[in-house]
Amino acid sequence: MNPEKILLAHGSGGKITHRLIREVFLEAFRNELLEKLTDSAVFHVDQGKLAYTTDAYVVDPIFFPGGDIGRLAVCGTVNDLAMSGAKPLYLSAGFIIEEGFGLAELKIILRSMREAADEAGVKIICGDTKVVPKGSADKIFITTSGLGLIPAGIEISPQQIMVGDNVIISGTIGEHGIAILSQREGLKFSSNISSDVAPLNHLVASMLDVAGNGIHVLRDPTRGGVTTTLNEFVQGAAFGIKIYEDKIPIIDGVQGACELLGLDPLYVANEGKLVAVVSRDFVQAVLSSIQRNSLGVNARVIGEVVEEPKGIVSLVTRIGGTRIVGMLTGEQLPRIC
Amino acid sequence: MCLGIPTKIVKINGSIAEVEIGGIRRKVSLDLIEEAQVGNYVILHAGFAIAKFDEEEAEETLRLLEEIGI
Amino acid sequence: MRYLDEFQNPKIAQGLIKAIEGLVDRKIVLMEVCGTHTVAIFKHGLRRLFPTSLKLLSGPGCPVCVTPTQNIDAAIWLSKQKEVVLTTFGDMMRVPGATGSLEKQRAEGADIRVVYSVLDALELAKTNPAKKVVFLGVGFETTSPSIASAIYTANHEVINNFWVYVCHKLVPPAMRALLESGEARIDGFICPGHVSTIIGSLPYEFIAGEFGVPCVISGFEPLDILQSVYMLLNQIKEKRAEVQVQYSRCVKPEGNEKALSKFNEVFEPADSNWRGIGVIPGSGLRIRQEYSRYDASLHFEVPTHQVTEEKSGCICGEILRGIATPLVCPLFGKACTPEEPVGACMVSSEGTCAAYYKDGGIIE
Repeated sequence: MNPEKILLAHGSGGKITHRLIREVFLEAFRNELLEKLTDSAVFHVDQGKLAYTTDAYVVDPIFFPGGDIGRLAVCGTVNDLAMSGAKPLYLSAGFIIEEGFGLAELKIILRSMREAADEAGVKIICGDTKVVPKGSADKIFITTSGLGLIPAGIEISPQQIMVGDNVIISGTIGEHGIAILSQREGLKFSSNISSDVAPLNHLVASMLDVAGNGIHVLRDPTRGGVTTTLNEFVQGAAFGIKIYEDKIPIIDGVQGACELLGLDPLYVANEGKLVAVVSRDFVQAVLSSIQRNSLGVNARVIGEVVEEPKGIVSLVTRIGGTRIVGMLTGEQLPRIC
Repeated sequence: MCLGIPTKIVKINGSIAEVEIGGIRRKVSLDLIEEAQVGNYVILHAGFAIAKFDEEEAEETLRLLEEIGI
Repeated sequence: MRYLDEFQNPKIAQGLIKAIEGLVDRKIVLMEVCGTHTVAIFKHGLRRLFPTSLKLLSGPGCPVCVTPTQNIDAAIWLSKQKEVVLTTFGDMMRVPGATGSLEKQRAEGADIRVVYSVLDALELAKTNPAKKVVFLGVGFETTSPSIASAIYTANHEVINNFWVYVCHKLVPPAMRALLESGEARIDGFICPGHVSTIIGSLPYEFIAGEFGVPCVISGFEPLDILQSVYMLLNQIKEKRAEVQVQYSRCVKPEGNEKALSKFNEVFEPADSNWRGIGVIPGSGLRIRQEYSRYDASLHFEVPTHQVTEEKSGCICGEILRGIATPLVCPLFGKACTPEEPVGACMVSSEGTCAAYYKDGGIIE
């Protein structure tokens, strides 16, 4: 008997659950640690600092141009580890599945996760599956946690930011948010924009190779976009950040969609980009190393860390005016990641 | 609310047109403007084309702006 | 992008700013009537580029901000009626009435849906014959012709489960009321660009003729606004008062005749209550007799809701009339923020208070 849909029984812990785990999850994620199917995955790590992170993924729709919830669940957590300078090692994956969800769709999502994990060079070594009654969850929710090792001597955090540092964005902005919105009912616009969802850890490794602690902070501008990330850096700080509108890389389609919807691209989510605040001495080297990577060909220096005004992110507009760009106020676009 | 942007008509089907800006497309109603053709620019507001965009006037305005501005 | 980028040319902008500086030799007060202009001026950082003696006031041109509380309460009442699906532009969802907001009502189970266009509401009615689809009609002359078009279409296609709750308003009567009150000093008006694509320039003639105040109808890109300010300053310097069209690529003096004809077919002027201002004669719209079956207030016999006082401390009214800025409001940025708005000017994306707050509230 081969059901096409996930049933409540699949979450019961019995024979059907075990078959699902072996034939579907293990099949997709197979590696020596996971194969043991013990309660915990047990492994050695080298001495040093560990980075540990977790994220839940409830993106709607679950399949979108450029990716799906599975790819997002792996890349999002890998990227969070990479932003502390860590080499991502292992991921866990917890699934909450709505009764009636298609088995074929589940397999596509798991395959996406495997592909993303292989791209990043990480393994999914433990997991959990629960099935809830119809209506208690919207199709599928995924939570991933990740563990990574920070290379000796690397110290990346907002505390390292100094006046005079430059701000780099690794590529064009706003594509993930627009790709998601283009699928939402009621907005009714057609576009060829794909989500930029991608694992950034190799890019970060090459940046650290050329600059080490010349890189002061890294962050991926997901919900709330670039501006929210920059505002997080300046809150309560003894410096501000100034960015230049004419330096911000953005493709026509995102610009057009933002005009149409009345959105500011600086607040739109990205899932395959990073913001780096870098010591001026290392800017050129870091920029070149990013641009050599296929995920960073459009990287640009977009601004600098300034003494005044403190605690504020300001934008120099194309015509030479200035405006303050604050934290996102009001409703965020729901279920964007 | 008065958001209105210049978009280019790429297709017309009766009183509905498909307009394009930066590669993004949307369907709009042509009910409020006269004699629109593919290739015309129109101002899009809340699902309707509310005005035809006069390209010659746009060029003229830019010419005037250059004179004042320099 | 075509016809947007060219109007952001930095060299020309700098040249225009120099020209403007040369024309400002004393305090001059200009009012931008339209909320979209307020937003554009902040967005491009224009405020900080103007000479300090040039003051820009925001006016009552934010349709969400001037919708009175009793209309919000009536919309909430409608959403609670059996089978009613209340459709609205997104901006109206969080405006506080006396009995709550549409957003809170939706969280309590009312069928309230955000639409991008009135045509989406009409489509909803066509595909859901068992439902009663009511569209909350808010907006100035830019928007009301499209609602007229929808009502006309509903009549033509015999769609019987669609109504409009009309809260539309007209801009020129509000400008007259401001001038007649004499409360705010206004040396010149930056007139709304997209309203004028519909109504043309003639409806503003009385401002120059009767009151001697210069008017320029402006586009929304930085060079448009700068050129409009330049044109106004020239009129002021030369002691002229006329209505000029800067936004000539979209605005004809006679307006959009096709849109106006549909508009006048379905609507007629009526007195209307503006939040923070009061009743302005002939400043609103009513559906004409022949189309009255689409009038939600008649069909559903919407009871009259009380006009509620603004919360103590809220000065949205004075801000809309151009006699105060958000910076002098005791609630601004403290009790009144975009997350927890007290007044409508903070809720609307085009509200003056929201624009000032977004810009860090430290302008000037």
